[in-house]
Amino acid sequence: MKLITAVIRPGKLPQVKEALFKAGVRGITISRVSGHGGQGGIVEQYRGSQFVVEFHEKVQLSIAVSEPFVDKTLEAIVSAARTGEIGDGKIFVQPLDQVVRIRTGEKDNEALTPVGT
Amino acid sequence: MRKVFITLCLFLVAGTGLAQAESIAELEFALNNLALLFFAVLVALMQPGFALLEAGLHNAKNVVNIFMKNIADFAVAGLAFWAVGFSIMYGAPLFLSGYTADAFPGQADFFFQLVFAATAATIVSGAIGGRMKFTAYLIFSFVMTGFIYPFLGAWQWGGGWLSELGFADFAGSSIVHAVGGFAALGAVLAIGPRLGRYTGGRINAMPGHNMVLAGLGMFLLWLGWFGFNPGSQLAFGTAADATAVADIFINTNLAASAGGLAAMFLSWMLFKKPDFSMTINGVLAGLVSITAGCDVIVGGSAVITGLIGGLIVVGSVLMFDRLRIDDPVGAISVHGICGVWGTLAVGIFGGASLGTQLIGTLSYSAAAFVAGYVIFLILKLTVGIRVTPEEEITGLDIAEHGIEGYAPEDALRNPVVLSSGAGD
Repeated sequence: MKLITAVIRPGKLPQVKEALFKAGVRGITISRVSGHGGQGGIVEQYRGSQFVVEFHEKVQLSIAVSEPFVDKTLEAIVSAARTGEIGDGKIFVQPLDQVVRIRTGEKDNEALTPVGT
Repeated sequence: MRKVFITLCLFLVAGTGLAQAESIAELEFALNNLALLFFAVLVALMQPGFALLEAGLHNAKNVVNIFMKNIADFAVAGLAFWAVGFSIMYGAPLFLSGYTADAFPGQADFFFQLVFAATAATIVSGAIGGRMKFTAYLIFSFVMTGFIYPFLGAWQWGGGWLSELGFADFAGSSIVHAVGGFAALGAVLAIGPRLGRYTGGRINAMPGHNMVLAGLGMFLLWLGWFGFNPGSQLAFGTAADATAVADIFINTNLAASAGGLAAMFLSWMLFKKPDFSMTINGVLAGLVSITAGCDVIVGGSAVITGLIGGLIVVGSVLMFDRLRIDDPVGAISVHGICGVWGTLAVGIFGGASLGTQLIGTLSYSAAAFVAGYVIFLILKLTVGIRVTPEEEITGLDIAEHGIEGYAPEDALRNPVVLSSGAGD
């Protein structure tokens, strides 16, 4: 099992979510984060002075998947989130030791199988 | 000797009586002034009302722009209506130079009319929110308060052809609200919907970001209306006038309450839960509906007038979405459609001629729509009226004004510089 962490543009969230659902991945946790990679800062102005906001708003998704789903997930995210401009984001894949579904106590691959399949 | 004494006494008494009459007249003048200016300030409070309502019902990334538009249109009105608008509407001198009224100072007269002009102009700002270039809106505000509103207002309040026909619009359901609402319709048709609003063949909800601001804005509008309607009596110094003004307070509030509750219950039935923004629109619809006849539509009739306005506004909001006309705050429905209803209501409940009311309200609506649409079409071909898609997605606060309304964490914005480098 792997834990996939993806940082994407907030505006791309609906498309990424659609793509993931289509790929059979339904378990997603989202946080709002601010990030900086290669994008320049936004220049803002206040009472005669300018200032730069370096960190751009991004959305971070945490997705736990079983091995067969790893590539599908990465493809879904990349194809839906890519714009071609700097600031599209990154995906990190980490090994995952255990997963437990709290409601039923199921573990690992059963815990990762979406409800109703 | 006695005759001289009696004659002197008579002169004294007459003189005192005259002096008394003069000071009573002066008191009335002063009272009219105070009341008119007080009511005008209440109407001016509708400006923050509109700003808050619009800000709440829009995306957070556009709040600064919403406030800029509302601040700017009030400031532009303050100058344009003073310079030329008031003159076009009432035949007063340009720049208010030497203007006098009789029952109160000319300046009070002007100021009261100014806040009405500003109200008509600011109605448009909500309907075109989230996608209009600030420059285009500035220019439009100037044209609206300097020329369109005064020209149309003169038809009735400036002693023009509609007043000669016996058209009744006490506080401006048509003159202010329908004019603003239908100019907004022209603007919306010229600029188009927000990105993503109707894509995929669906009506995609773009919910407002802060219901508290919206609710607060509505309350300021409701309370501000107690300047809008009663103030239009334009006379406050006699018992009869005082009573009339008090009556107008009641009629106004009955319609607001009925409109709000009607929209609330209708939305409850349609959507299974009482809808917050529909209720807000309902209150305002009730207020707009009673505005034309707030002096003559009383009691139960005022309730029905407001109630029907509340029902109409819900239907109208849903209809405009079906027609793919994107009005984020329902301004066209509240002010345009209900402005027409409010005007007709005077013909049904208020004793005016329904035919004349129809002529008047249709004339105002059509003229305002054409004026709004044509101006924005001209602006579209010259300075442009719509921001780029990138700007629309980033948000107008950054794109147009270079600052966010809601600051991200301070640490992200103002990195603390502990040392400025070499040679401190």
